[in-house]
Amino acid sequence: MNQLTAFVQSSVGKKIFMSLTGLFLCSFLLVHLVGNLTLLKNDGGAAFDAYSHFMSTNGAIRVLEVGLVLGFLVHICAGLLVWWQNRQARPTKYETYRLKDTTPWASRNTIVTGSIVLIFLVVHLQTFVGGLRFTENPPSAYALVASAFSSGWYSAFYVVALVLLGYHLRHGFQAAFQTLGLRNKRYGGLLDAIGVLFWLIVPIGFAILPVYFYFFHNVSDATMALGGI
Amino acid sequence: MKITLNVWRQQNAQSSGRFETYVASNVSEHMSFLEMLDVVNTDLVKAGKEPIAFDHDCREGVCGSCGIVIGGRAHGPNRAIATCQLHMRTFRDGDTITLEPWRAKAFPVIKDLMVDRTAMDRIMQAGGYVSVKTGGVPDGNAIPIPKHVADEAMDAAACIGCGACVAACPNGSAMLFVAAKVSQLALLPQGQVERTERVLKMVKQMDDEGFGNCSNNYACEAECPKEVSVTHIARLNREYLRANLVKEEQKESAGGA
Amino acid sequence: MKLDAKAPAGPIQQKWTNHRFGVKLVNPANKRKYSVIVVGTGLAGASAAASLAELGYKVLAFTYHESPRRAHSIAAQGGINAPKNYSNDGDSVYRLFYDTLKGGDYRAREANVYRLAEVSNSIIDQCVGQGVPFARDYSGLLDNRSFGGAQVSRTFYARGQTGQQLLLGAYSVLSRQIANKGVTLFERREMLDLVVVDGQARGIIARNLVTGAIEKYTANAVVLATGGYGNVFFLSTNAKASNTTAIWRAHKRGALFGNPCFTQIHPTCIPQSGEYQSKLTLMSESLRNDGRVWVPKAKGDKRRPGDIPEAERDYYLERMYPSFGNLVPRDVASRRAKEMCDKGHGVGETGLAVYLDFADAIKRLGKDNVAGKYGNLFDMYKQITAEDPYTTPMRIYPAVHYTMGGLWVDYNLMSTIPGLYVIGEANFSDHGANRLGASALMQGLADGYFILPYTIGDYLASTKFPAVGTDHADFKRTETEIQKQVEKLMSVNGKTTVDEFHRQLGKIMWDHVGMARNAAGLKKAAKEISALREKFWKDVKITGVAADVNSELEKAGRVADFFELGELMALDALQREESCGGHFREEHQTDEGEAKRNDAKFAYVAAWEYTGKVSSPKMHKEKLDFEYVKPSQRSYK
Repeated sequence: MNQLTAFVQSSVGKKIFMSLTGLFLCSFLLVHLVGNLTLLKNDGGAAFDAYSHFMSTNGAIRVLEVGLVLGFLVHICAGLLVWWQNRQARPTKYETYRLKDTTPWASRNTIVTGSIVLIFLVVHLQTFVGGLRFTENPPSAYALVASAFSSGWYSAFYVVALVLLGYHLRHGFQAAFQTLGLRNKRYGGLLDAIGVLFWLIVPIGFAILPVYFYFFHNVSDATMALGGI
Repeated sequence: MKITLNVWRQQNAQSSGRFETYVASNVSEHMSFLEMLDVVNTDLVKAGKEPIAFDHDCREGVCGSCGIVIGGRAHGPNRAIATCQLHMRTFRDGDTITLEPWRAKAFPVIKDLMVDRTAMDRIMQAGGYVSVKTGGVPDGNAIPIPKHVADEAMDAAACIGCGACVAACPNGSAMLFVAAKVSQLALLPQGQVERTERVLKMVKQMDDEGFGNCSNNYACEAECPKEVSVTHIARLNREYLRANLVKEEQKESAGGA
Repeated sequence: MKLDAKAPAGPIQQKWTNHRFGVKLVNPANKRKYSVIVVGTGLAGASAAASLAELGYKVLAFTYHESPRRAHSIAAQGGINAPKNYSNDGDSVYRLFYDTLKGGDYRAREANVYRLAEVSNSIIDQCVGQGVPFARDYSGLLDNRSFGGAQVSRTFYARGQTGQQLLLGAYSVLSRQIANKGVTLFERREMLDLVVVDGQARGIIARNLVTGAIEKYTANAVVLATGGYGNVFFLSTNAKASNTTAIWRAHKRGALFGNPCFTQIHPTCIPQSGEYQSKLTLMSESLRNDGRVWVPKAKGDKRRPGDIPEAERDYYLERMYPSFGNLVPRDVASRRAKEMCDKGHGVGETGLAVYLDFADAIKRLGKDNVAGKYGNLFDMYKQITAEDPYTTPMRIYPAVHYTMGGLWVDYNLMSTIPGLYVIGEANFSDHGANRLGASALMQGLADGYFILPYTIGDYLASTKFPAVGTDHADFKRTETEIQKQVEKLMSVNGKTTVDEFHRQLGKIMWDHVGMARNAAGLKKAAKEISALREKFWKDVKITGVAADVNSELEKAGRVADFFELGELMALDALQREESCGGHFREEHQTDEGEAKRNDAKFAYVAAWEYTGKVSSPKMHKEKLDFEYVKPSQRSYK
């Protein structure tokens, strides 16, 4: 137990928790994205609604959901703690500090990108989880998505947040492997390639949805109507 | 060349510091950066003022004494050199350069650009060694070590302990320094016996000294005069994780004995 | 004073074994009752402090650096010798003994040199055990390379950073002892005096370089491991802080100074580029394996090297020494370079450099091969000079590198003051008049790991120690003297900075007590140094206060001692009317300009006693007998 406490309190231990939770959240993103892509299916939302129904009623998923919340909490708390401690480690700041000559933007700004993604998460949960589970007479999941993304501001916020998520993962994905001690000269290139899936493909995948709904959703309705004639 | 210097002056650890401006005229491009400071200091002494205090010794980039944040970069803007290896031809006539000490909670300023880096020694004292006594060792060739392993251990062992990694890191983290030693000894057969204890003790000491956490920015690697790679940090992390997993077993077997 | 080297009797192979059996031992339980002060934490100091603490002694270790790892041993590049005979080329302890004695031009003590060769194998084992990453070949076994002055391959190395790796090894075992409280480390402390009580070395006075406080420390014995004094020349390959103060002050307290004039000048250094130059950088001797040394045949030829046709170049080493060519020993290569420049053939802006050309090597081996062998050195050269050695020849010039002289010690490494031991470069012992490459690291670690820990026990076990605290009258008196000296330096308030004085001293030393010496020049030097020293005490300018970090005050104390040592070096060189090793007297050379040794008259160690007056020291002689290796004239033609 003593050893575990020491591990949790140590700098490396905290970072290992961050990495493990971070990678767990990455896997969640992938699953979430696959489910969301059913929105693009041209069936009036039937597939998505079925997926949504499954996710909110299946017992196993509900248990995993608790894990997900914990994962988020640990990731966020450890992140904030590390950030706070790191600020203490340099009480006097440099007058001139050209960190940007030596480090990528994404790595310097994880706290910024992470915080905005957190705000996004809160808004996202309020809209969708709140709108589906904690409302009397909830609309269909598909209808809720369509209505939320009919707002230009809301869709734009999504896209911006997803870009920042991309930057967050650009740093985070490879950093997780570094922290777990799995990054070395031989596999570094492979990890970077897989990283592209997470920091580029996944955020683009998510971003397609608000863009699609905002710009093309009504058009497709019209097409359907025309087809009916 | 004429160079304007904006230099951090601080009487001692207790007092608060300030920047002072000095003009170095007649700077030759062949001068090393520290020789330029020597000239500035000679002028200061002649004018009855205290010279700028800075650590330096071998002036060939291996003792690790020197270390100034020059224009916002640890050891100046060039790659893979210590401050003493920086030459004035890197700069242009009329440049203004800001000089600051390594800044980290674990490196309190002693005076001007001199800082106290004994925290790094204490980390080494916590476990940065193989516990051999003089005499009782086998023949040097008793244990063959694959060349590539010895070479990689040497890459890590090249660390000069200057502290530039800490100075460059946005978090004031000493991970590259600690990793260099942990990695060197984890690679070599001689380091295996104390492998578990070593990494636990050194990381604990590092944390206790008030260094920040590694956030994988890799600014350390970019500024390291010996280009020690961050793959050694990965190895430290792995060693640390491993040590935490196997430590419990050791305790149990010790208890049973 | 009768100098007793205490070399044991018996056949040379048995001397050290017999001696170890003969010495008195301290009971393990009693060792903690003895304390030992070790000043300096380089290879010799760190290895000694750690080894003594492992035995159980209470060790107080002092360094003027912030950390033991900064000591100048760290800068040694090439390697460390040991006759392991891993290369199967006929090496043996006896051969290393022979090579070292001959390389030193027969001015070292046989018994010591044999012991050095004997224990050197253990050093390699010890360092491997500590985790020193020596170079290995594809079998995973230790690799060797060749070095000057030997026909076998016996040099162990860790890239071009052997000194660094060995020091970090010693630093690691020292760190372990600090953690175990066997060693108490006093960092940023500079020893300013030795305290001698009733004829025994019992402690030191040190200045705390952060607070400026003068501090007193007492022990049963004192070990000086404070390195060499090459910085008396101002420009040298030594680190900026390297100095003579510890050994010089001990000398003034009664320790004899052996062969002070024996200085090694290394032929391949990057030449001075201007008046502001603060130190010189060495380029490894290995470069002469493939580089060709030349100067223009015409005096004052200022053409670029590429524009000088082959026929107008003088490859003078190849011309003068057809069999050894560019690989003549360090002292010969250095002297010839100086001679060429003095005659007006020197190159570069200052005319104080010769070319070291790799064009032929690149043609023969290809650029990649040359880069593989010397890439890091070429990069280092380019870093400093902004010239690319792949396309234009390197400019090199000799520079002061190592001092073979130092405090005289007997076979036990004890000086003429009982209880004062001197190890590493600080003592005079094993290299005679010239040190072979890769032997300095060997000697420092041999002294610290394997010799001193035995011999000091004999002294401790056989000596009665009256209780002496730091409040003892001799401590107080010495402390007061040091305080007065500091006050005096601070109160001069003249016009000339310490560095300006140091440069002037260095110039005198280089011009007259450097590579080539003659009676008139040496006399002139002694006089000039004496005069400049007087001026120093009247005109030096130090700002700031004594009770603070004060680098000018630190330097002033060191330069004050260099002024005294410099004069002794000149006097020592003057009395040695022969040429041997690094000491070349122009009056004593063959018709071809080679060194002419005089074994009949000068086969002795000159051990100088401080008489109270710097300019009139007293010389004692330790006669050197050569039972095993008969002195012969070196020839490289």
